[in-house]
Amino acid sequence: MSVNKDFFQPERDFNYDFQSTGKPPTGWSEAARVPETLVPTHCCFCGVQCGMFLRVADGKVIGVEARDFPHNRGSLCPKGVVAYQQVDHPDRLRYPMIRRGGKAGQLERATWDEAMDYIVSRWKQIQAEHGNDAVAVYSGSSMTNEKCYVMGKFARVALRSRNIDYNGRLCMSSSAVAYARAFGIDRAPLPMTDIPLTHCMLAVGVNIAECFPIVMQWVWRARDKGAHLIVIDPRETPLARTADLWLPVRLGSDEAVINAMLRQVIVDGLVDEVYLKERTNGWEEVRAAVEPFTPEEAERLSGVPAERVVAAARLYGRAATSLIMHGKGIEHSTHGVDTCLACINLALARGQLGKPGGGTMMITGQGNGQGGREVGQKANQLPGYRHIDVPEERQYIANFWGIPVEELPWEGAAAPEMIHLMADGEIKSCLIACSNLMVSLPENEVVKRALQRVDPLIVVDFFLSESAELADVVLPGTVWCEDEGTTTNLEGRVIKINRAADPPGESREDWRIVTELARRLGRGQFFPYQSAREIWDELRNASRGGKSDYYGITWEKIDEQGGVFWPCPSLDHPGSPRLFTERFGHPDGKAKMFPIPYRPPAEEPGKDYPFRLTTGRVVYHYLTGNQTRRLGFLNSQAPEPWVEIHPQAAARLGIVNDEVVRVRTPRHSMELKALVVPTIRPDTLFIPYHYGHEHSVNQLTNPAVEPNVKIPEYKACAATVEKLSAPAAPSGPGDVTINFTPENAPKMFPYEVGETKEQPEKESKTF
Amino acid sequence: MPVKTLFVDPSRCIGCRACEAACRECDSHKGESMVMVDFVNRGMSVATQPTVCMHCEDPLAPCAQVCPVMAILITPDGVVQQADPSRCIGCRNCVYACPFGVPKFDVKARLMKKCNLCYDRTSQDLKPWCAQVCPTQALWYGNYEEFINQREGHAVNITSFGTQSVRTKVYQVLPEETPRLDLAALLDEARAKGERGAGNQPREEAWVL
Repeated sequence: MSVNKDFFQPERDFNYDFQSTGKPPTGWSEAARVPETLVPTHCCFCGVQCGMFLRVADGKVIGVEARDFPHNRGSLCPKGVVAYQQVDHPDRLRYPMIRRGGKAGQLERATWDEAMDYIVSRWKQIQAEHGNDAVAVYSGSSMTNEKCYVMGKFARVALRSRNIDYNGRLCMSSSAVAYARAFGIDRAPLPMTDIPLTHCMLAVGVNIAECFPIVMQWVWRARDKGAHLIVIDPRETPLARTADLWLPVRLGSDEAVINAMLRQVIVDGLVDEVYLKERTNGWEEVRAAVEPFTPEEAERLSGVPAERVVAAARLYGRAATSLIMHGKGIEHSTHGVDTCLACINLALARGQLGKPGGGTMMITGQGNGQGGREVGQKANQLPGYRHIDVPEERQYIANFWGIPVEELPWEGAAAPEMIHLMADGEIKSCLIACSNLMVSLPENEVVKRALQRVDPLIVVDFFLSESAELADVVLPGTVWCEDEGTTTNLEGRVIKINRAADPPGESREDWRIVTELARRLGRGQFFPYQSAREIWDELRNASRGGKSDYYGITWEKIDEQGGVFWPCPSLDHPGSPRLFTERFGHPDGKAKMFPIPYRPPAEEPGKDYPFRLTTGRVVYHYLTGNQTRRLGFLNSQAPEPWVEIHPQAAARLGIVNDEVVRVRTPRHSMELKALVVPTIRPDTLFIPYHYGHEHSVNQLTNPAVEPNVKIPEYKACAATVEKLSAPAAPSGPGDVTINFTPENAPKMFPYEVGETKEQPEKESKTF
Repeated sequence: MPVKTLFVDPSRCIGCRACEAACRECDSHKGESMVMVDFVNRGMSVATQPTVCMHCEDPLAPCAQVCPVMAILITPDGVVQQADPSRCIGCRNCVYACPFGVPKFDVKARLMKKCNLCYDRTSQDLKPWCAQVCPTQALWYGNYEEFINQREGHAVNITSFGTQSVRTKVYQVLPEETPRLDLAALLDEARAKGERGAGNQPREEAWVL
């Protein structure tokens, strides 16, 4: 070895031979430094809403820095690290565009005045000819509470249309309604920081590791203290890989497993009878309903070996404190509400709700998924979680807004129904904000037909999404850090997003766009906002006295406390991190239990479509990928979708890893690469959903919806996979088992104008 | 003062590559990651493993020892720096010498690149980017005493290659000697009590279409 080892003594100050080279210049010269500020804010992706600093120099966002916020402790996932790159992205929309010369024309640059005048004149014409409801608003909940609130108010006060809904319908509506029915309040009852207090975690249909990486640190803190982990998932996700027990469940049969676990808990005498007697209603019915779910029956229905069901029930039931975490896996289902309620039954039977670290926790997916559904942009909701069908609550909001209550529209169509109303010509024009329907809704062909029929279709976005490509008017909005406001994360913690940059080009904050449209519609007096803060103050007051009471949450309090949990009914109230410690949200203070039968998915395999297809996220992308597919690092990790196939199935079909195959369902077919891995059930296929056009898995998925909340069944449909050399059979109704379709669902939109639903049904939709 | 260092626990790695994304944010190698996350064998499992520079202490930095131009410097606290670009001649000796396969040769730049434990950050008492962002703390930065107080697993800093061993500044976390939970016992318990029902033999789950 030719090296003089004297140079490598660790004790030496430095390893340079300074005698011969002279001391090298160190550091940067002060003169060359650009002054940099750190703007405290939060990530724009996913319901965790991690705290972060944005590095700003010379008015430009140049990077990210860790921020020690209570729930993420300085950690970020890859999406959070590169989120700032959206700000000066070359794909940003910088000016309004209009498709001149009808649907065949091209999108061309226009001025704001031209675009706004065109929209307003067409809307006035349409509403005069076809009624107010012919103009719809399709909103989203990756926006601040302020924007979501203005969207709801805009539709109801400026447009006076009943047709407003939002993309949270596709995300959390199952568990939202389940929690509202069971507890009377729709919110995760405990903060993430409580997770380490639990002794056993049961994750049902939630891939925490890939979809909510930051929650994993709390899971691991619990594991470090000795907590057990049980995962119910058809795939061996990175979470399931480290679990004590993995229950590889057949798609859509989680109810059977949960019910069987509850039965086993009863058999083993692990039920908390005192708790059930004092704090719940309906336990006897539930006890009777789960009796048929023996471990063998669960095995028959779900494919999970009976021993594992029993072992899971014992592991869960013997833990002093246990937490059920659930997500889209059980919610994207025609019986999503029921499955969530089954989880709640299990937790209530063990007396867990209200305990620190115990109970159930929905893991909300969208950035402001929690806030978006509370501030009144859902078809049946008004601000403060008020219900549009309840006369007193209608009256309160009508008074607050200063309009006659008769003018306040009734409940309109839910998002998946809205598409059919557009395709059928009932809705003539639609304003889409913060949503990409061409990727997110099932049956892309129907969606495309609907969006092409709507004239004008107006899309507010900051990138040209697959839906914006079809628009007649495209309005440039802002990314999250070009505006300020609040969001509510998956714990119910209201946090503050701060502004780090100015909107590029001519783009404007979404609330300014809508406010200006309202002014031109002659309703400007209801939208006098000059800043997001004014909207927040109005929203706080609008929510006052409601279920989700934001009244006491000021921006200052959020900064002081590191976020404030709703309900916070007064200015000196510290917020409510833990719910249900003494009483539930129903008037009698008790939780309701509902007996849950087993129901199969709407479409099950038959001879022609022998596989079950499910969809989900990958860690690098967010929702429809309109943002993340444009960020270099994220896209390079997962540039296109793939289909996961078990080696046993692949061997039978002669499919090898990386081969391009065709996946077919009764609706459509698509070609994509196969990933042959043993981490999935052999009867199951998995395709990630973040991609557009010919890569969109929602060409294939089943449009069947949950009868009450209208959430589509993204997570289970019949499919087949074949080699490209196989003769291309047309997709079409083949031999599949149809259990349930939109046609035989109990009741679908449209309801009569002004109709209030009958009491039993309305009760199930409350909140 | 206890020495802060990096602890790598592959059992917690979820393969999200937040560490890679964050490493790429460093101004000294913008757009390139010095930490690598790989599937161990995707054909078998979703398990992933992050690889960082281990900052060898004994023998001290083989990469630096074989460098003919002394481009790789070592700070007094044992952090092996990346090759000084003004000195590196692109000979790749370090690439061959590293027992862990960490230094990467950038053909275009004709320079060796590797992790320097975010010396700009760690010298200011910040965590290195990879450990700062890691959502699961598979990459964890701190001192040994803190680690064994807070975490499960067995932290080791000696890696053996046959008869040769390397002591490194960075620790790898191995599983504890005893499993935390005897699941087989729970399953046996279910079987022994005959809860599956008479006549039904326990069998492997039906992995068939």
